[in-house]
Amino acid sequence: MAVQDNLAGPPRTAFYNDPVIRGILYQVLVGAAVVAFFTWIILNTAANLAAQNKSTGFDFLFQTSGFGISFSLIPFDRSSYYWEAFLVGLLNTLLVAAIGIVFASMLGFAIGVARLSSNWLIARFATVYIEIIRNVPLLLQLFFWYFAVLKAMPAVRESFELPLGIFVNQRGIVVPRPMPDAEITWVVVAAAVALVGAIALVRWATSIRARTGHYPQGVAIGSRIAGLVVTFVLGYLAFTLLGSVIPALGNVPYLPLLGGLGLAGLSLTAYGFYGRAFIGFAIAWAVVRFLLGGMFGSLPELLIVAISLALALVYGWTMLSVERRPTAGDNKFPLALPLLIIVAVPALVYWATDASLAFEIPLLERFNFRGGMQLVPEMVALVIGLTIYTAAFIAENVRSGIQAVSKGQTEAAASLGLREGDRLRLVVIPQAMRVIIPPLTSQYLNLTKNSSLGAAIGYPELVNVFMGTTLNQTGKAIEVIAITMAVYLTLSLSTSAFMNWYNARVALVER
Amino acid sequence: MSVSFVRREMIAPQPAPSNNTGPIAWARRSLFATPGDALLSVLAIILLIWAIPPIYNFVMPTFFGGHAVAPGGTVEDCRALGAGACWAYISARMSFFIYGFYPPAEYWRPNLVFLFGALLIAPLLIPRAPFKRINAILFFVAYPVVCFFLLNGGVFGMRAVPTEQWGGLLVTLVISMVGIICSIPLGILLALGRQSKLPIIKTLCVMFIELWRAVPLITVLFMASIMLPLFMPQGTSVDKLLRALVGVTLFSSAYLAEVVRGGLQALPRGQYEAASSLGLSYWKSMGLIILPQAIKHVIPGIVNSFIALFKDTSLVSIVGIFDLLNTVQAASSDIDWSSPTQAITGYLFAGIVFWIFCFAMSRYSIFMERRLDTGHKR
Amino acid sequence: MSDMTSGAAARAINTANMTVSQTDVAIDVIGMHKWYGDFHVLRDIDLRVMRGERIVIAGPSGSGKSTLIRCINRLEEHQQGRIIVNGTELTADLKRIDEVRREVGMVFQHFNLFPHLTILQNLTLAPIWVRGIPKAEAETTAMHYLERVKIPEQANKFPGQLSGGQQQRVAIARSLCMQPKIMLFDEPTSALDPEMVKEVLEVMINLAEDGMTMLCVTHEMGFARQVANRVIFMDQGQIIEQNDPDAFFSNPEHERTKLFLSQILH
Ligand SMILES: Nc1ncnc2c1ncn2[C@@H]1O[C@H](COP(=O)(O)OP(=O)(O)O)[C@@H](O)[C@H]1O
Ligand SMILES: [Mg+2]
Repeated sequence: MAVQDNLAGPPRTAFYNDPVIRGILYQVLVGAAVVAFFTWIILNTAANLAAQNKSTGFDFLFQTSGFGISFSLIPFDRSSYYWEAFLVGLLNTLLVAAIGIVFASMLGFAIGVARLSSNWLIARFATVYIEIIRNVPLLLQLFFWYFAVLKAMPAVRESFELPLGIFVNQRGIVVPRPMPDAEITWVVVAAAVALVGAIALVRWATSIRARTGHYPQGVAIGSRIAGLVVTFVLGYLAFTLLGSVIPALGNVPYLPLLGGLGLAGLSLTAYGFYGRAFIGFAIAWAVVRFLLGGMFGSLPELLIVAISLALALVYGWTMLSVERRPTAGDNKFPLALPLLIIVAVPALVYWATDASLAFEIPLLERFNFRGGMQLVPEMVALVIGLTIYTAAFIAENVRSGIQAVSKGQTEAAASLGLREGDRLRLVVIPQAMRVIIPPLTSQYLNLTKNSSLGAAIGYPELVNVFMGTTLNQTGKAIEVIAITMAVYLTLSLSTSAFMNWYNARVALVER
Repeated sequence: MSVSFVRREMIAPQPAPSNNTGPIAWARRSLFATPGDALLSVLAIILLIWAIPPIYNFVMPTFFGGHAVAPGGTVEDCRALGAGACWAYISARMSFFIYGFYPPAEYWRPNLVFLFGALLIAPLLIPRAPFKRINAILFFVAYPVVCFFLLNGGVFGMRAVPTEQWGGLLVTLVISMVGIICSIPLGILLALGRQSKLPIIKTLCVMFIELWRAVPLITVLFMASIMLPLFMPQGTSVDKLLRALVGVTLFSSAYLAEVVRGGLQALPRGQYEAASSLGLSYWKSMGLIILPQAIKHVIPGIVNSFIALFKDTSLVSIVGIFDLLNTVQAASSDIDWSSPTQAITGYLFAGIVFWIFCFAMSRYSIFMERRLDTGHKR
Repeated sequence: MSDMTSGAAARAINTANMTVSQTDVAIDVIGMHKWYGDFHVLRDIDLRVMRGERIVIAGPSGSGKSTLIRCINRLEEHQQGRIIVNGTELTADLKRIDEVRREVGMVFQHFNLFPHLTILQNLTLAPIWVRGIPKAEAETTAMHYLERVKIPEQANKFPGQLSGGQQQRVAIARSLCMQPKIMLFDEPTSALDPEMVKEVLEVMINLAEDGMTMLCVTHEMGFARQVANRVIFMDQGQIIEQNDPDAFFSNPEHERTKLFLSQILH
């Protein structure tokens, strides 16, 4: 038998057992089923639409909308077209998404780092935050911020007044409106130039430092001078704050000026750390006292002063006892210089061009505020909700990104003598960012998609304006839903295209 | 210099110097290690001192020294100046939050559903519990059928209760359960399709998965509630809850597919080769060898997507279904209980309920992760 | 694991430069104790290492060998006693710690190369950012050391592309680029496949021949016999026995040492 089979060549398989043919067969069957399903749906839909006497097509986009939108970045009124409504919705979506992304990133990175802090309390705070926020639906959080917090604010007449001329009431938040004059343009330009210049300066100085082993002479000197200026400003601030806490000191003429100069001088000597500890003590005292005063207004003044003094002393003492860092050498990263450039250049231009940036402080009149800028509560609630919710997820990404850099990496860097700042800058952050950025991008995408929940609290974003109002008025369900989904699909596909590109670019080369 | 040395007497361990242990050393290490730490700790402590008493007073009833109104209190208590959370309102409307408009005489039916669910899920989640297969079949096949007839009624002399009357936590659980139970098989199929070598099947699966993952759930729900009736033959009416269920299931199956795909990709190639070298057919090798391992590996991921699904069920309130969040939202305009803290108490309550479910699931996922990790090392 | 017949013994050692200074103290550990929480991990360690010494530290796992050498460049903090390295006492002062670390190279069991940098960048990172050496010069030095560890052709690859033995050689070269006065090794070969152990030991022997002061935690007893001038045996956080290698291996005195040697040498 066996011999015969062998002679007859390989045994024939029934055609339906051949894997290739099987695969084709499967595909044809599935393909046919899908086509049939869609045909059935399309036929049904056509029949349904015909029965309801509805037409299809995108011509409705060029009809006037006849509705108003409460908040829009471009001019829009009842006589605008539907495509303009679409645009308003899209822009509003992108606006909250952009604001939310900025705030959520800041909060998320802070909390992610806090979660790994060696400070027990801070790490606990971060954990509690993450565990609460992640496990409660975003919609519920939005309802909470909108209905329970912002809508529960007092009526306009009894608005809460916050510092800096900000008012909070049922109708949202009223903030001072910046009223720039023409010269302010120069200040803005100067600020932008200073920012770009500072970054360029740092990059240039760094590359010179790598090539020659030294920061350029000018940068090194500039950095020292900048350090002096910063110390002076902080010293000035410290003495001013001390003066506000101790009235006797407040009366000494020129005390802040002289004190600042003294501290700047001290920072040139080997005892600079005493000066820094003093500045830390003074600022901590004033800040803590201010906080305590604001939080526990009912306590006697003396007690608050005493408690805050004790806390500030502890702070100053730790500052003194823990480390006496080496004073600035010419090979220290010249951080003070770019900071000073970024602050000082616009300030100088502001002063030199005699520009003025007035703020129109909102003024409570009979029924509403005059002046100021009104932030609608829907948007405020949405931004707060999205920020807080997304930050919890970003924090987790940041935490796992940092943890992905093994302790051995830091130890190896330390054992080579790299200072803490360099360890972070050259070894830890570059590796952590590779792990963080891909999930971070998808959190950004999630935030953008989640901004559609603004529809539930009446913020006029894409889904609300288009899938809600426009669809209701025109009845063009298929077209409207298709357009809306196409928008999100585009956003999502471009995000994943970016991620593929990024992952390919930074992938660690392995064997 | 002679280097030779032999220890004659061992040194017994000594207690650490007092500046290395004890609460003070702990505080110095974990609260005041650096000036920055010290400042942050101080600010955090101030924040706690400032925030905890008011929160405590708001949440805790008078019995525990707080200002909240305990269940059984009256609306007047809640309206009193300085009153905290109005728990009396929650307890008064509790049955609405749990059952929605379900007829009170029939509460035993949802209760039975809850009971069966708990009895079936608990052993399914405990890794050691026996009879996993029977248990799974009961839960994934028998339980949904039983639940449907119990809740919907109209058979065995049970009064029919249309889905419009279902509500509250009941609907939240129904939607998430149905979403979970239906999206698992669908998600697995999609994942297999996406990994398949057959181009048409692969393309279809990729398109399906990427489309649903790209759009927000709320658009899917809108689509389901508006377009589904259009897609059906003329004259068929699709139940509102069913539309939402379809939307939620499609949506979550796409996410689940990606989780399962992660598990399939993580399996070493050797497993695939071993399976095919045994001469098993595709479905047998998948069903008997590949999937059981892949799914076991991604249980934490699956649980995490259920957490997301459970939270996302709250979105059905936007298309007019009375889930837990919507009942709370609706009740907050109940004039009989109107008080300054009415709305916030409602949200607090809903938040706590959601939190308990999600937190429990996330702990479970961490537990499974640890278990799987150690399983690997052995 | 491997005994004296293993790889390294294949060639004769050139002892011309292997001189131990009688006066120049490289590391001085005096009455040092360390606790992890309540756990007394190092107990009353006294150890004076003269310039040019090659010391091998052996002992059962968990005896505190790694902790001891990690204390020497302050990757771990000690709580009692003194550690003086190259004349600088280790205290909480960050400046001094950095000073010491610059002069002390360390090689880890798991290499700890920076995976996001090329081999060359791994080698030049610290010279550029710590010593302030111009990049071109740092690269020349790096290539020199890569040649010494016999992998100059890998300079532009990433660590992930190298074998374990190659990675460990790069790690040694990376430390050498800082031109340290002392080298610490923490089980440099125990994460390697047997055939790679040899190439790493060869590099370490070369280093010893150049007169480097070395402190090696290792169980390569062949290496210890050939290269070390002193072997230290640790257990339960204390130094149990130390002697020159010949005496240590032929005539161990403490019971624990005997037991350990019988296990490790079969
Ligand atoms: N970071 C740490 N925290 C607590 N205990 C530790 C830590 N590192 C090591 N130990 C303990 O200290 C002892 C000595 O560890 P180690 O020096 O690594 O031993 P060896 O290198 O000799 O194997 C071991 O019992 C170990 O469990
Ligand atoms: Mg060790």
